[in-house]
Amino acid sequence: MNDEQNLNFNLNCPMPISDYEKVLLAHGGGGTLSHQLIQKMFFSQFHNPLLNQEHDGAIFEISGTCLAFSTDSYVVQPIFFPGGNIGELAVNGTVNDLSMCGAKPLYISCGFIIEEGFPMNDLWKVVRAMKNAAEKANVQIVTGDTKVVDKGKGDKIFINTSGIGVIHNDVSISPANCKAGDAIIVNGNIADHGIAIMSARENLSFETSIKSDCAPLNSLVENMLAVSKNIHVLRDPTRGGVASALNEIAQKANVGILIDEDKIPIREEVKAACELLGFDPLYIANEGKLLAFVAEEDAEKVLDEMKKHLYGKDSTIIGKVTAENLKTVIMKTSIGSKRIVDMLSGEQLPRIC
Amino acid sequence: MKYLDEFRNATLTKNLSENIKEIVTQHWTIMEICGGQTHSILKYGIEEMLPDEISLVHGPGCPVCVTPLEMIDKAVSIASRENVIFTSFGDMVRVPGSQYDLLAVKANGYDVRMVYSPLDAVSLAEKNKEKQVVFFAVGFETTAPANAMAVVEAKRRGLKNFSILCSHVLVPPAIEALLSNPHTKIQAFLAAGHVCTVMGYEEYIPLSERFKIPIVITGFEPVDILLGIYSAIKQLEEKKYEVKNQYSRVVLKEGNLQARKLLSTVFDIVDRAWRGIGVIPKSGFKLKNKFSGFDAEKIFNVASISTKESSLCIAGEVLQGLKKPYECSAFRKSCTPEHPLGAPMVSSEGACAAYFHYKKMQPTT
Repeated sequence: MNDEQNLNFNLNCPMPISDYEKVLLAHGGGGTLSHQLIQKMFFSQFHNPLLNQEHDGAIFEISGTCLAFSTDSYVVQPIFFPGGNIGELAVNGTVNDLSMCGAKPLYISCGFIIEEGFPMNDLWKVVRAMKNAAEKANVQIVTGDTKVVDKGKGDKIFINTSGIGVIHNDVSISPANCKAGDAIIVNGNIADHGIAIMSARENLSFETSIKSDCAPLNSLVENMLAVSKNIHVLRDPTRGGVASALNEIAQKANVGILIDEDKIPIREEVKAACELLGFDPLYIANEGKLLAFVAEEDAEKVLDEMKKHLYGKDSTIIGKVTAENLKTVIMKTSIGSKRIVDMLSGEQLPRIC
Repeated sequence: MKYLDEFRNATLTKNLSENIKEIVTQHWTIMEICGGQTHSILKYGIEEMLPDEISLVHGPGCPVCVTPLEMIDKAVSIASRENVIFTSFGDMVRVPGSQYDLLAVKANGYDVRMVYSPLDAVSLAEKNKEKQVVFFAVGFETTAPANAMAVVEAKRRGLKNFSILCSHVLVPPAIEALLSNPHTKIQAFLAAGHVCTVMGYEEYIPLSERFKIPIVITGFEPVDILLGIYSAIKQLEEKKYEVKNQYSRVVLKEGNLQARKLLSTVFDIVDRAWRGIGVIPKSGFKLKNKFSGFDAEKIFNVASISTKESSLCIAGEVLQGLKKPYECSAFRKSCTPEHPLGAPMVSSEGACAAYFHYKKMQPTT
């Protein structure tokens, strides 16, 4: 009997021991719980050399060409927010994930899961935004899929995008390249996206002029790679924010990271919103930001090049890689003391990207 | 940012720390009452800036931490019912009850929502007349006026489907209880600026006189906290015992009279149980009888639920300043923010969470 076979199969391959009987929202929050879920459930079963790279995408070679392949799903709520919408986010997100592998993004796929009753006009707006975003990022949407689910079984629209890009021969972006002394550069104000989403939520009655920073970063990355062969790591601090991205790199590369609170660029309005809501901007999502780890000797050169670009004009060095305090991110606070910047443990904001 | 940057100024903090070093001649123990202050102290590494003679101990001023286990169980019981929309401030949904937290209730398919104001819950009740909307009214004197306002507003709008699960606690009776403990080490208090913004500080004067202890109404930024510590140490060294208002840019002696009036209209003062500490006489609010139609405990008949604490968790001693979080055998082992045994590990204001996030390397002695 089939059921019996299934039972036997399950006995041979028990579910990993978990503290939780059910999946919680925090399992998707980008913090420690997400990492535990991914490690215990997915990595333990799917592991292979490419997956084990733990990059924003998989990097592999086919017939002498080095490729990057990445995927991401978008469930943001609300779907229209100041500075963008779910469609633009879905294209830029995958473009950026490929860019963080050092790749030039080429082709994108998109899968739509649409809730019955979703207004056709809204779908049109989303699709138009995707078309514009793809043109702006110079990528093509070449394949896709559409599913409609019963009303109440989805939340308006979910989008998955996957993408493929080419990596030039002399480019090698990996936490393993990270060295003590590397400068850490961010390309502008952090935490705009998360706060823009918060301000657009119907249950929050504060108004701001803050817009999402949603943007494609491929041409910025291309310009950076053109001036330096010593860019060691690139990472887009999306869900979980700058703090989580830095912690991931510190752990993966077995280095220490020291950042300077006074140097981290944050808009006054964003700071104020964070104070009001009790959030730390270091943990708030970005959708058009990157962190670049650059060899000390090339840092100024890369920084100058970034500042010339539309999406890099507010670039600044926020810290450096250290040989002490391995696997730990430390921040020099504005009053001169030092403290640990930990990984986000639960979730600060539900479903922001 | 105006009114914040000035109070996070590196030169000012350095000078203040020098000033404190100059006047201190012996060992003193100061308790900061408020969890918000505990987090500032850890987040800005303020202990590093103080001379060895000064010990800071962390008080029970974290609303999430002191809400009794049985209150969480009552919340879980109410939230696990059809036709209920259970609303709460974000931090409360992760506090473990004896079996579940509210997030687990949500994962089981019930309607648990985070709101940023109790008035949002009132609006939710107006929009969902077929459902019962319950707000988990926790906190000190700080959050109480907004919750009182929600009840008054629900009554004004004629809503029959809104109620609050009330678990409000008050600071001065807790200070009294802490000082009445013969084992207390506390020699001065930094009182919570926000609480005093609402209530003023008149009620602290008799406490200071009776227990011969300096009480300094203190703000939340590094400069505020160092000024509060300076004022406390100066008094201790000079053998003075007074109430001083360091947070005078916000706090008036009489507090916010309108808010106080609202509180006395809506609430009666009652004995309340504090998680990890026990019952403190006259230390909390309950809805007055004329508002009993908004009392979730009565509507959902959960008054009889009663539960006991985990024996591993030493939250009570931490909340009384008798022990530091890292002195707990479960700290960072079986108790983490992802899997908290006690509330101080959950809340963004909890002392255990503050130590967990900001102080990975614990002192070995």
